[in-house]
Amino acid sequence: MTALLQLEDLHVFYGASQALDGVTLQVDEGQAVALMGRNGMGKTTTISAACRMLPLRKGRVIFAGQDISNWPSFRAARLGIGLVPEGRRCFPNLTVRENLIAAARPGRWDMAQVQRLFPRLRERADQYAVSLSGGEQQMLAIGRALMTNPRLLILDEATEGLAPVIRREIWAAITRLRGDGLSILLVDKTLSEILPFADASVILDRGHVIWQGAPDGLTADLQHRYLGV
Amino acid sequence: MDSARREWLLNSALALALFVVPLWAWIAGEPFIITLATRVAILAIAAVGLNIALGLGGMVSFGHALYLGIGGYVAGIAAHHAFNGTPVLGLPGTNQMLPVWAIAMLVSGGVAAVVGALSLRTSGIFFIMITLAFAQMGFFFALSWPAYGGEDGLPIFMRNQFPGMNTNRPWDLFLIAYAVLMAALLVFALLRAARFGAALMAIRQNPDRAAAVGISPFGIRLTAFILSGMITGLAGAMMADLTRFVSPAMMAWTMSGELIVIIILGGVGRLFGPVAGAAILVGFEVFFGGVTEHWKLWLGLVLLAVVLFARGGLIGLIAGRARHG
Repeated sequence: MTALLQLEDLHVFYGASQALDGVTLQVDEGQAVALMGRNGMGKTTTISAACRMLPLRKGRVIFAGQDISNWPSFRAARLGIGLVPEGRRCFPNLTVRENLIAAARPGRWDMAQVQRLFPRLRERADQYAVSLSGGEQQMLAIGRALMTNPRLLILDEATEGLAPVIRREIWAAITRLRGDGLSILLVDKTLSEILPFADASVILDRGHVIWQGAPDGLTADLQHRYLGV
Repeated sequence: MDSARREWLLNSALALALFVVPLWAWIAGEPFIITLATRVAILAIAAVGLNIALGLGGMVSFGHALYLGIGGYVAGIAAHHAFNGTPVLGLPGTNQMLPVWAIAMLVSGGVAAVVGALSLRTSGIFFIMITLAFAQMGFFFALSWPAYGGEDGLPIFMRNQFPGMNTNRPWDLFLIAYAVLMAALLVFALLRAARFGAALMAIRQNPDRAAAVGISPFGIRLTAFILSGMITGLAGAMMADLTRFVSPAMMAWTMSGELIVIIILGGVGRLFGPVAGAAILVGFEVFFGGVTEHWKLWLGLVLLAVVLFARGGLIGLIAGRARHG
């Protein structure tokens, strides 16, 4: 398998405090990787660095064979990194349709395809994003990332704080995307939802990768020590 | 009736009124009213330009009079050389509106590209001040340029011509301005509905989030700023022909302020906001200007009321708020 995203020895600081201390991980073409760890261990920082939204003190971000360590985030997005940020972060005062077309780039995913994946976005097309429910906003955030026609979809806590029925709907959609061969890097804390889904998992602890491997290698001891299960 | 439908009706009513009032004046033989309507239309075109930058892009340019003035001077200088039969930069002068408009838009767009490229590296109050500073540079340049009148300004003895029309007749000139206004509004509506407009509005709300979905904040904003300057420059060329006079006052900071006031009065980012705002401004000037020379005081109070109680401007007041927050 060929590597799609390679993070090599990332060091990231927020002012004087170090958030990442040499994170190295890889997502292969067509793979789904779960990034796990307790709150504050560097998961969101890692994906923000991968999307080129944070400066690196040291290390490299390589995507599809290109060193994008010094690229601005919009170019990283155009190269194929689609981010669904934590807390949805839609454009609140744009309509659903405007949120989607703002991100549109040519490719397989267009408005009709996104609306087929999430029929509710068709019903709500002319509503402002701010007036959507949390679940609908999450669908919109995923749809918006798909409109960029990404090669890698990064999902940060995609189902956090949502009702169980909505969670299932969103997981079903993500599973379909995965079935289509889209590479996925996801951050989540709910093991039961991730484990059947991911090919590999990575555990972060205080800015380090302390374990990576196939999800079935996650022993009860690891889960207890690093995931607080 | 929902807000979008009400806005559509209000827009239609405004477009119709701006046509019917001068039509009545034409029939009744009141050329002054036709000229006022022409002034409303041209100011509205200038404000449509600013509305792209300010309304859609959230770029508060306090220097759009610069483009108005550039357009005006292009028309004035072309007419001046056409009248004298002397060349300008190796080219003959012209008394035709269409080439004058094209040159006015090119020059304003070029200047807007430079101003935008430098000022879009800043934001907030710094952006406002930098755009103002550029406009003031233009103002003082025009003031100290004796070849074209300096502070006395440059008269246009013969109004520029338009194929098939007699531009010396107020009604003909009005029709030209009205058609250009409708075209400018169409451009605005198309831009807003396209990916470009959505991306521009997304950047206004959150540039970092927009960049994360592949939108280049600088590139989109700069493009919008250039388009904005071009449309305002076109209005400047038309304004010069209406008044048959160009002077540095067209580039004064008060003019930049007037364009912002027009947009705030009419409704920021609303399609017909510039039309409503220009009509209110010219209306105030005429009705209260005849009563008291302090009419701007009353305009100021209205502006205050709009900012405090009707932030969507006239369009927002009648059609309801389009945007949350």
